[in-house]
Amino acid sequence: MRAVKRRDVLRGAAALAAAGTVVLTLRPARATPEKTAEVMGKLIGGKTAKEGRVTLTMPQIAENGNTVPLTVSVESPMTEKDYVKAVHILADGNPEPAVATFGFTPQIGKAEISTRMRMAKTQNIWAVAEMSDGSAWMTKTEVKVTIGGCGG
Amino acid sequence: MMSKARVRLPSKAKKGEVIEIKTLINHTMESGQRKDSAGNPIPRQIINKMTATFNGKEILNATLHPGVSANPYISFFTKVEESGTFEFVWHDDDGSTVKETAKITVG
Repeated sequence: MRAVKRRDVLRGAAALAAAGTVVLTLRPARATPEKTAEVMGKLIGGKTAKEGRVTLTMPQIAENGNTVPLTVSVESPMTEKDYVKAVHILADGNPEPAVATFGFTPQIGKAEISTRMRMAKTQNIWAVAEMSDGSAWMTKTEVKVTIGGCGG
Repeated sequence: MMSKARVRLPSKAKKGEVIEIKTLINHTMESGQRKDSAGNPIPRQIINKMTATFNGKEILNATLHPGVSANPYISFFTKVEESGTFEFVWHDDDGSTVKETAKITVG
């Protein structure tokens, strides 16, 4: 059990003040791992993604689910003949499984991207890479969430 | 709704160097999952797409969903072979766009 820091309490209060008249009562339906696998299948054109070649770096514990940093890197030479075509981020416990898709070109030179995402609750985040040779690779990581995001 | 976007990248690089580009745009990314005090759903309004081009050629595109945090931040890399101009375009659900450009000298 982690002691609540004064700073966090203040930050939470500030966030509530910023939300103004918005009352956070909605409890939207959550995705499931099955639904997420279905969405992933559609994103990668029905292919099966193998485990490997993708590294997803995220905090193990996210204190604030509104903004959780993540970095995806993929083992690839990123040449005209052999490159990562796309990276998909999915969340199996958010209202919508699909979080973001990044279309890559060989010009980026290094198959790595960083962004920040919302997490409604503790769940697995999936990172999937589609290669120019038609193969697909993936990894999953569990992130524990102290205060859920998604405004729900 | 939209405000200025910010882009950070080096102004100079060596030919063939892989540089990092950091982008950020101020935007609430209203998820469509929330209700107001009267219980009415707040309509979704997000940045749904971002593209990056160099000298007119696309190098990266991003499709964003409501699961992306407010003030979308995206950082990535690119290999530069010549001097030129990067252009970044963010697309809002309401059809508006925000453009930002940055020059780099390669030599």
